[in-house]
Amino acid sequence: MTDKLLVSTRKGLFTVSRRAGRWEIAGVDFLGDNVTLTLTDPRDGRTYAALDHGHFGVKLHRSSANGWEEIPAPAYPPKPDGYEEHDLWGRPLNWSTARIWALAAGSDEVIWCGTLPGGLFRSTDRGQSWEIVRALWDHPKRKQWTGGGADLPGIHSICVDPRNPKHVSVAVSTGGIWFTGDAGASWTLRGEGMRAEYAPPEQTHDPVVQDVHCLVQCPAAPQRMWVQHHNGIFVSSDEGRTFAEVKGVEPSTFGFAVAVHPGEPDTAWFVPEIKDEKRIPREGKLVVTRTRDGGKSFEVLSEGLPQSHAYDVVYRHALALDAAGDRLAFGSTTGGLWVSEDQGDSWACVTHTLPPVYAVRFA
Amino acid sequence: MAKVVFTPNVQRHVACPEAEAPGHTVREVLDAVFADNAPARSYVLDDQSALRKHMTIFVDGRMIRDRARLADPVGETSTIYVFQALSGG
Repeated sequence: MTDKLLVSTRKGLFTVSRRAGRWEIAGVDFLGDNVTLTLTDPRDGRTYAALDHGHFGVKLHRSSANGWEEIPAPAYPPKPDGYEEHDLWGRPLNWSTARIWALAAGSDEVIWCGTLPGGLFRSTDRGQSWEIVRALWDHPKRKQWTGGGADLPGIHSICVDPRNPKHVSVAVSTGGIWFTGDAGASWTLRGEGMRAEYAPPEQTHDPVVQDVHCLVQCPAAPQRMWVQHHNGIFVSSDEGRTFAEVKGVEPSTFGFAVAVHPGEPDTAWFVPEIKDEKRIPREGKLVVTRTRDGGKSFEVLSEGLPQSHAYDVVYRHALALDAAGDRLAFGSTTGGLWVSEDQGDSWACVTHTLPPVYAVRFA
Repeated sequence: MAKVVFTPNVQRHVACPEAEAPGHTVREVLDAVFADNAPARSYVLDDQSALRKHMTIFVDGRMIRDRARLADPVGETSTIYVFQALSGG
């Protein structure tokens, strides 16, 4: 069981701890600053915190025995002289880190970092230096990636295969799912079977136009992947090569976040919103949906969650599951934070007055 | 030697004391300043060494025009102000 949560918000990084059976805010770091994501590396316990200072750019901090220290943020290589790149709308695309959107550690020495505008970076020295993964950045299809909710495309999900850390899947909004079997030296586009209803018929099933909102992989059964997509829920049983759509889920299949149980590949959780052009809970009732049978059926979990006039949106990194698979937590754009200790059957509100929540992680 | 003054708002993130440095362009002067204060560089310049989108620089009261190459001229007694732009909110 994990008794500590790190909650990244628009105005600071909050530590939430379980004391005497209750979850409460135990501290805050970077108060007033925009903290977008954290990673606590299970290999050494160090925490990495990504900040976005707006005017002053994206920064990365690492915890140490003496507190936080700023370390280099991933930086894009210089553009070749005279080279200009434009996005699909014709706007200049700046090779500069606009957001740190994914951080992941595998069983080897590598830390992976996904960014806007689409660069994937690797560090082999605990974040002291970063190298862009050129094979993916230079892939011709990378230029077909486009912005989703953000103006720029970005890598938001990184799944390092627990059996082999050279096997890594990343998901792009918008740009589909990409897989490397050689630690990043080469990449293939995966995700056959997903469907993009916002694309014209000729492109609906093109894997590169898929707006994956979040991709997760079951640690005990890595062949099982779940996707919360812009227009639905998809499940894979072959490591993301092919997906099947899960339909008919009430109250909705739209959302951003998904979590999969570490030992039960058929068990997954989602936080639904009405749909893409109406991003609020249906009827003002905040619920979590859970399947235990691979998507054949879903339960709607609401005990302890607000059931009237709730307009919480839960972003893709704001739903967390602990390593044991029993405790869940999520935070919302309207500053709510809830924890469940029974796999979502019931929820306790920690607070509803946080700044907008971007990410929640057990640490 | 040109004088370089940084916005006080950056100081809580990284120390940017007022500095004097030689150079004929904004680029030359800032390169000299950041050679002695490397941590401050990424707070002002992006990954391509252009001025960050929501930063602005004034030389003797005039906003610079060349935000990518920072080629605006600097005089021997110029003062360079590195500010946040209102565009960033």
